[in-house]
Amino acid sequence: MIYYIGAFLLIAIGLYAIIIKKNLIKILIGLDLIASGTNLLIVSIGYVKGGTAPIFSKGNILAKMMVDPVPQALTLTAIVIGASELALAAAFVVILYRHYGTLDIKKIRSLKW
Amino acid sequence: MIRKITYGIFLGIIVLSLILFFAAFPFGKNKMAVGKYYLKNDINQTGAANVVTAVTLDYRGFDTLGEVTVLFAAATGVAILFYVLEEDKKKRERQVYPNFVVRVGSRIIFPFILLFGSYIFIHGHLTPGGGFQGGSIIASGFLLLYLAYPGERVNRSKLSVVEGIAGITFAGLGLWGLFTQGNSFLFNFLPKGQLNMIFSAGILPIIYIAIGFKVASEFAGIVDDMMCEAVCSGGEK
Repeated sequence: MIYYIGAFLLIAIGLYAIIIKKNLIKILIGLDLIASGTNLLIVSIGYVKGGTAPIFSKGNILAKMMVDPVPQALTLTAIVIGASELALAAAFVVILYRHYGTLDIKKIRSLKW
Repeated sequence: MIRKITYGIFLGIIVLSLILFFAAFPFGKNKMAVGKYYLKNDINQTGAANVVTAVTLDYRGFDTLGEVTVLFAAATGVAILFYVLEEDKKKRERQVYPNFVVRVGSRIIFPFILLFGSYIFIHGHLTPGGGFQGGSIIASGFLLLYLAYPGERVNRSKLSVVEGIAGITFAGLGLWGLFTQGNSFLFNFLPKGQLNMIFSAGILPIIYIAIGFKVASEFAGIVDDMMCEAVCSGGEK
């Protein structure tokens, strides 16, 4: 249960950063927090009470004692995609800073609404 | 005003969906649907001890190929955004030397980081780990070297060659299985071997080694672009 609460808190903090903060770097950090919270949520959906990791490491570990492997596989791919997309977003922020000379989204013309 | 109302509506939707989610998926209960099939048939069908690896590379292998493609697209996007002409790069280079401990220590640690990363991706079908994690560890070793020697660059054309060979290995194994052995893409045509041995699970370790090289070279390229942005261009224009 603590995993659900932690994931919910991570998503809430990320949303707060995206909505309230005006600095683009902080907005990126918020996006990354939301991604981490979502990954934690997906993995904790697959948890089975008292289950072990889905690896046949010893002979006495049977398939019915294991947790769900599918969310873990999906999260494995999502983490790598998240890291590369964060790098791409950081590159965009650098380009924006070079062009406008500021990171404040209130001063960047094309991001104002 | 319109912005606040829009934010309120979005927050309401998110909170409502989270409440519905918590009601529908209670924590700790066994709600496996397709996972049960994977757990039951993993040893017979793939021979990999790590079921997560079997799901990632065998049952959903095509998905992983798409993911590697997304990674490649992101690395290429970073390279395009940070594109600097080669002579400009040399002209603007600033030499900043970190202290002695960082320089010598990173040289000592770097081979061990490479060793640990390759251990992680070679044993991807036996232990928790795999190509993505091992590749990221190796790229972090490159990041350490960049922090210790900001003036030096890796050879980008060699990185591209490694990346290309790894990608061709992945796609070529899949096509080989499709055209010669079975009738499906990424068909596991090598012998399954004995469970928990390093030569087991057919083509899965080969694919994970290819993914490890590909992820390592792509992340090293991203690190190279970012460090060049910080060191050699200085961010003017």
